[in-house]
Amino acid sequence: MKIELPQVGESVTEGIIGRWLKNVGDKIEKYDPLVEVITDKINMELPSPVRGVLREIIANEGETVQMGGFIADIETNENQENTNQDKLEPDVTDQEIGTTGVLLKNTAPVGPTGSSGPISRDEPLSTHDESPPKKSRYSPAVLRLAEENQIDLAQIVGTGINERITRKDVISFIEANSTIGGKASTGPSDQDTQSRKDQEKIALTPVRKMIAANMSKSAALIPQAWSEVAVDVTGMVSKRQDIKESFMNKEGINITYLPFVIKAVAESLKKNPLLNATWSEEGIILKKNINIGIAVAAPDGLVVPVIHNADFFSIAGLAEIMEALISKAKNGKLTLPEVQGGTFTLNNTGALGSVSSRPLVNHPQAAIMTTEAIIKRPVIKEDAIAIRSMMNICLSFDHRIMDGAEAGTFSMSVKQLLENIGSDTLIY
Amino acid sequence: MAVITVLEAIREAMREEMRNDDRVFIMGEDIGARGGVFLATEGFLSEFGEERIIDTPLAESSIAGIALGAAMSGLRPIAEIEFADFIWPTINQIVGEAAKVRYGTEGKLNAPMVLRAPQGGGVRGALYHSQSVEAIFAHTPGLKVVTPSTPYDAKGLLKSSIRDDDPVIFLEHKRTYRLVKGEVPDQEYTIPLGKADVKKLGEDISIITYGLMVHHCLEAAQMASLKNISVEVLDLRTVRPLDVESIINTVKKTGKTLIVYEDNQALGIGSEVSALISQHAFEYLDAPVIRLGGPEVPAMPFSPPLENMFMIDAEKISTAIKELAEY
Repeated sequence: MKIELPQVGESVTEGIIGRWLKNVGDKIEKYDPLVEVITDKINMELPSPVRGVLREIIANEGETVQMGGFIADIETNENQENTNQDKLEPDVTDQEIGTTGVLLKNTAPVGPTGSSGPISRDEPLSTHDESPPKKSRYSPAVLRLAEENQIDLAQIVGTGINERITRKDVISFIEANSTIGGKASTGPSDQDTQSRKDQEKIALTPVRKMIAANMSKSAALIPQAWSEVAVDVTGMVSKRQDIKESFMNKEGINITYLPFVIKAVAESLKKNPLLNATWSEEGIILKKNINIGIAVAAPDGLVVPVIHNADFFSIAGLAEIMEALISKAKNGKLTLPEVQGGTFTLNNTGALGSVSSRPLVNHPQAAIMTTEAIIKRPVIKEDAIAIRSMMNICLSFDHRIMDGAEAGTFSMSVKQLLENIGSDTLIY
Repeated sequence: MAVITVLEAIREAMREEMRNDDRVFIMGEDIGARGGVFLATEGFLSEFGEERIIDTPLAESSIAGIALGAAMSGLRPIAEIEFADFIWPTINQIVGEAAKVRYGTEGKLNAPMVLRAPQGGGVRGALYHSQSVEAIFAHTPGLKVVTPSTPYDAKGLLKSSIRDDDPVIFLEHKRTYRLVKGEVPDQEYTIPLGKADVKKLGEDISIITYGLMVHHCLEAAQMASLKNISVEVLDLRTVRPLDVESIINTVKKTGKTLIVYEDNQALGIGSEVSALISQHAFEYLDAPVIRLGGPEVPAMPFSPPLENMFMIDAEKISTAIKELAEY
């Protein structure tokens, strides 16, 4: 039985095959973990849909497979019976026959006048010694594709005969520029890299490839603008200091600044729906739910668990949810629903000591915000110099969806909500 | 499903239609007591009797002419021409008359007849036992020309041909008779005339072919897949009428087309297919449409090396695929 890569979640069309957890010849129980699959949303272990023996691995590690594509062949008991039946017919070859039929090689055809008799098989003669056609013009298919996609054919390097630009070259170019932008740009070729001793090549892991593809997509498809706002978080710092111990005692988890920020972002997204949207050529799609993705550095690379309906939760509730999600992310235990459906992304680059960053929007979302390191600075407050805890928030946004005014209103809303945090802020 | 040969499929189709419809009868040379030179009608004489299984003299023009008259009178004859090489005396009856019956009588008469003939080379049959005759008949409006490649297709198409209300030339490749085996459903089925069939899906190159060549093309496509060239194989099944829609669809998909046929290449089926492609899919073409057909030689030579040179095989197709892929 051929095993297909199942559809895992919305807007996922393909996956990269990770490590195979079974070898060819292994006996497999139904639901045994079969293979790791990496999609742009999640890494998952695919359970075997049947019981049997793994006969063939069709998609090897690192291969990209469309949802519904075959990845393995598992011999089930049913199949074995069928195979045995087929074997009873001695002069049919092992390959699958079907209604397409099979041309027998080991049998004599009919004789020239109707009788049957063997005929000798002679060496065939090649009739092809023509020189290849010379490069000249673009084919109609190439011209049509170039026109439809407004492509300057001079940008494309042909792989056809005499460097002719083929239809496939144009399609690859279009795909590279729409999904994995920059692929067509020139970089050092494999040969260059291999021949040089003063550098080293690190093989791309499936996760790295996926991140690369997503980042290229963001950079290639979204015209991004960026802004930075300084926030006085002195009140938030002292509030957290005040409740840290009691919260730990009561809830058993550490309270960080993150839930405060998520709360402020969720409130601000409610007031500024353009930030919680997706671009399409037919119109801007506003998302009704506020699902905030939180970028987490996991051992294998970046993952983005999502808090669905983040605006429904209190600060304490958000703290609990985040604690669970981050722990799962670090152990690679996130489930698909926990990583999909994000409408906005938040990244705490401040944890790395950064004071300013320029994140890439998580396609197809409208914007991404970072919180930077909290640093005590001398600032002017009511005409006096005061020492305040300051934090920058940086926002990258899809300039097709909104202009600086809307993005600025959002940032200012987050700023105000964070600056208003004080001893009387409710965390439940 | 049972696995049977093309010959068995043809025998089953005729037997079923004869049992279903009393108007169906078979006439031809050696088809009675001998059961046909290839044994296509083996056992028919004892089952259906001399009135429905008629051994004829060696006179093909009479076989075709009597069949035509019977068809116009309300019967449904299957006329067997022992070898397609002997079909030429029927040209007047078939091209000159049968094809024009419906047209010439303004639809008052029609000729529901099937002219079956084994054809094709690769069996060391030389000049008089290797000819391909499809292009001659396919040129004529009013005829249908069927060229099956598999047992499944042969059975389904022959049943449709027998039930068709107009003359059908049914050309069976001799080399497929015993060499091609395939599954055939136990239940009754038919295949509409004029519908091509994608025998293998692919992305890079389309091969359009029919008859025995389908199998050589599938083999070459398999070899090409090892070199990451994805080949689609479209089996025309019926060379008149041609399934223009399926032809254009596969060409639009790949942009590169190879047309493979054993018959002489010039002015053959591939020439018409090629013209249809340039007319209807010009803007999708990424390479010249290539025909791989028989050489400009009057007949199949007797010498085995020369016969091999005449015949198209998987290796010649592979070379053409490679050139087209690199283009």
